[in-house]
Amino acid sequence: MSKLSVDHLLGVKFLKHDDINLIFDTADHFKKVINRPIKKVPSLRDITIANLFFENSTRTKLSFELAQKRLSADVINFSSGQSSLNKGETLIDTVNNILSMKVDMIVIRHPKAGAAKFLSNHVDAKIINAGDGAHEHPTQALLDSYSIREKFGEVKGKKVVIVGDILHSRVALSNIFALQTQGAEVMVCGPRTLIPKYINKLGVKVETNLRNALEWCDVANMLRVQNERMDISYFPSTREYSLQYGITKDLLDSLNKEITIMHPGPINRGVEITSEVADSNQSIILNQVENGVAVRMAVIYLLASKI
Amino acid sequence: MSQKVLLNNKEVNIILHRLACQLIEKHTDFSNTVLIGLQPRGVFLAQRLKLILTKDYNLSNIKLGLLDITFYRDDFRRSDKLHKANSTEIDFLIEDKHVVFIDDVLYTGRSIRSALTAIQSFGRPAGIELLTLIDRRFSRHLPIQPNYRGRQVDAINHEKVLVNWKETKGEDAVYLVNN
Repeated sequence: MSKLSVDHLLGVKFLKHDDINLIFDTADHFKKVINRPIKKVPSLRDITIANLFFENSTRTKLSFELAQKRLSADVINFSSGQSSLNKGETLIDTVNNILSMKVDMIVIRHPKAGAAKFLSNHVDAKIINAGDGAHEHPTQALLDSYSIREKFGEVKGKKVVIVGDILHSRVALSNIFALQTQGAEVMVCGPRTLIPKYINKLGVKVETNLRNALEWCDVANMLRVQNERMDISYFPSTREYSLQYGITKDLLDSLNKEITIMHPGPINRGVEITSEVADSNQSIILNQVENGVAVRMAVIYLLASKI
Repeated sequence: MSQKVLLNNKEVNIILHRLACQLIEKHTDFSNTVLIGLQPRGVFLAQRLKLILTKDYNLSNIKLGLLDITFYRDDFRRSDKLHKANSTEIDFLIEDKHVVFIDDVLYTGRSIRSALTAIQSFGRPAGIELLTLIDRRFSRHLPIQPNYRGRQVDAINHEKVLVNWKETKGEDAVYLVNN
C-alpha cells in the first residue's frame, strides 16, 4: 500500500493498521532527512498550509511548522488570541476566509471535540487534527507509537500503561486506539475520579495502584494533570496526587525490571514525574520530540499526495 | 505483449567490464571519486560495477552510496501513483568529490534532474558524471546526456526497456518490451 485510506487525519480511530505502517515507513525516511546537513526536501513547494491554533500550544505548533518547512511548504499561522474570533466571527467564516487565500491544508487545534471533523465536512481542504478538546490528538499518539517501535523494534505485544488524567486527555484516547490497532496491550492507571466511566468499553485494563501498573508494563506513558480542563476538584491536592501517581527514581529502581518512560509534554516536574526520572536513561521523552517532526512530515506528505 | 532481447547475459557482462574500464581510465585509483547508485534500479548496476572494480581490477576503497530521489521528484501529486520511498545510504561526505551517478536506463532525464537536486543535501561535489547501462535516444525531456553508456537504444514511446539482474530475476539480460 502506498496511499492512506483516509483523506484527512481526524483521529487515530479512522486509521487502519496499514495506514499506520505506511506513516511509520515514510517517517523512517524523513527521520534520515532531518539528520542530514541540509534537512529539507522540495516535495511540497507548491502547497500552502495554515496552522490554526484556537488553543495554546508550544511543542505541537513548532513541530508541525518545522515539519511543513522541512517539506518546503508555504506556511501561515493563526492563533486565536490575536484573531477576529474575538470580534464574533464563526469558525467556518474564519476558515473560509483563510481558504480564499488558496490554502491547501489545515492543521487545527480547537478546545471543542469534533472541531476537525466539522471542518472536514464544510471546507475544501485536507484537515489534520492537532488536538480537539478531550477527544483525539492523532499525531501525538502516532509519534508515541513510532518511538516505542524505534525502541523495541515493534509495538505488537508490548504492554503500555498510560498514567494520570485519562478523563481529560486526548492523548490517552488516541494512544489507546493506536496501540490497540497495532496489537499492544493497554492499561490505564490513575485515581478513579480521573478515569472515564466508559473506559471498559475500550477494552483496556484499569489499575489504580501505580506500583502494580509499573510492575506489569514495558512502557509507561506519563500524562500531565490538565488543570485547565478541570471545573471541579478531582483529587485532594497536587501533593497527594504526586505521592500516589508521581513516578520517582526510587520507585523505578525498586521494580524488578527496567521499563521505558514516555511523556507527551509539557512536563510538570515533581508532580507526575521527577526531574531525575525525566532526565534518566530510561526516559525517551526527547526522542519523542525528534520523532514528532518526522512523523508529522510523513502525515503531511501522504495527505498532500491526495490533493 | 512481445519482447525482443537487446542484450544477453554475455553482452551485459562485456559491457559491464567496458564501463568499469572507462571509469578507471578517467578516475584512476578512485581516491577522490564516489559512485552513487540511484534507487531503486540503479543499485544493482552500481553494486555489480563495484564488484568488478574490486575483484577484477584490484581497486580497494571504492566508495558506493545509494541515493533515493522520491522526495525530489517533479511529478509529486501529478500522477495517480505515489512512489514509495527507498533508503538513502550515503555514509561519507561528497564535498569536493567526483560523483558518478549510476542508473540502469536513461529515459526522460527527469530522475537524473531529481538526483542532481537530491545530492546537494550531502555537500557540493567537485563534479557529477552519469553512467547508464541503456541510453534511450530521442526520449529526453531535459538536456541531460550520459558520460558513460552501455548501449544506445532507439525505442518508441510505448515500448519499454526491461533490465533483469541475476540478483532478482535470475539472469542478466535487457529486453525491449512492446505492450
